Amino acid sequence: MTGQMALPSARSSQSIVSLRGVGKTFDSGTVALAGLDLDVRAGEFVSLLGPSGCGKSTALRVIAGLSDASAGKVAWPDGGKRLGFVFQEPTLMPWARVAANVALPLRLARADAAAARAAALASLGRVGLADFAGAFPRELSGGMKMRASIARALVTEPDLLLMDEPFAALDEITRFKLNNDLLTLWQQLKRTVIFVTHSVFESVYLSQRILVMSPRPGRVVAEIDIPASYPRDERFRTSAEYAGYCREVSEALGAAMAERAA
Amino acid sequence: MTERAIRIGLPLTVLAIVVALWGAVVRLNDIPPYVLPSPGLVAATLFADGPLLLHSLWVTLVTTFEGFALAAVGGIGLAVLFSQSRLVEISLYPYAVILQVTPVVAIAPLLLIYLPQPLAVLACAWIVAFFPVLANTTLGLNSVEHNLLALFELYKASRWQVLWRLKLPAALPQMLTGLRIAGGLSLIGAVVAEIAAGSAGAGSGLAYRIAESGYRLNIPRMFAALLLLSLAGIVIFFALSAVSYLVLRRWHESAIARER
Repeated sequence: MTGQMALPSARSSQSIVSLRGVGKTFDSGTVALAGLDLDVRAGEFVSLLGPSGCGKSTALRVIAGLSDASAGKVAWPDGGKRLGFVFQEPTLMPWARVAANVALPLRLARADAAAARAAALASLGRVGLADFAGAFPRELSGGMKMRASIARALVTEPDLLLMDEPFAALDEITRFKLNNDLLTLWQQLKRTVIFVTHSVFESVYLSQRILVMSPRPGRVVAEIDIPASYPRDERFRTSAEYAGYCREVSEALGAAMAERAA
Repeated sequence: MTERAIRIGLPLTVLAIVVALWGAVVRLNDIPPYVLPSPGLVAATLFADGPLLLHSLWVTLVTTFEGFALAAVGGIGLAVLFSQSRLVEISLYPYAVILQVTPVVAIAPLLLIYLPQPLAVLACAWIVAFFPVLANTTLGLNSVEHNLLALFELYKASRWQVLWRLKLPAALPQMLTGLRIAGGLSLIGAVVAEIAAGSAGAGSGLAYRIAESGYRLNIPRMFAALLLLSLAGIVIFFALSAVSYLVLRRWHESAIARER
């Protein structure tokens, strides 16, 4: 395919997490997931793509341990990993300054206040928010709040970063900027990322691999590699290659949804 | 005129007009002071009876503050307890509601039989004031954003950390609303109990002065005492509003002026 993988092409390394036959039935009787299989390899950027209501957020919460699977198994071959989670909303504490919000995971782990603050400031620096450590969340724009949320997820130096449609509520200009910054961070920090989205274009732009999910019950129905090289930039976003991948992924998504209608 | 000047100036103008009308009605109709005293006479009485009334005000305020403090501690404490244990909440909440819906005027005479008078007055102040603190704090503790709870769970926060770092700060706006209501209510509770005790005759609070002056047809003093009670209520309300504003002004929408 086109070009050399610039970075963590951990394709050969073993899974950091693997789900086998995972099912989730809510108390209401809704079957959110059934027979979900997926593997994520260390260092990889994987997207879970699907229409709303297909259980992709539920899958992410099961991986995070925030929700218990009703069936199947979630295995961590290398042992438990440190996780970072970015929610759909920034989910910042409005009463705490940005630095205190970012330091929270360390404070909850009973880290010393000064050390936690130093780590929080460093993490804020990485997402370009160094100047806003003393601000309150309400003083930030939507994009900046999301950056703070990402800084908080990264402050524990997690092995696996779980992101649940983090940019869905942002305008396109801000979203493109954050997409680029996220890729840069991923290349620098060499973390594994599982990124949930309902946007074909966003998933193709960001990921090495896309898992297409089908709704009710949610499961992975297609897997598409996006072997384009990193760093990816605006040129990639407007290339024929990108458009080709988008068409391929759109078709897979269309097939996944048709399968349900049938 | 600025917004602030209007806010202060208009109510004061209304007050001046009402007082002037009141004075005019008394003067033109030659109403005797034991029916309706003139504003001037009320002011004179306030001054002449100053030491007596101020002492009574002090007695009532002490009861009010004690009732308020107990209501705050009891209301917040019980709300925290409820948030920690569903069983305790289910067992006790109905009684908190019963205590609240039973009119305090009806409870006061009973309390006066079983408790020494100062304690009975304090109990009344507490009964009426504690429920709004409990109800509002409970609401606040239960309305924490679910994703923030998930975040704390993800980082394996202890119950104590969730309470101290998340639930209590998140509940602050509602808690302060409860306290603001409780401030006024504890004054009402104290007054109700003093009035109820008035016939027993051992009290010295402002409400007792009102009851006593009523028996003696000392209407100007009734007005003077009433005026002091209102002033005390207003001061309590504004003081608690100011505390609420100071605590919330940096982050809560309720305390932030909208920019246009």
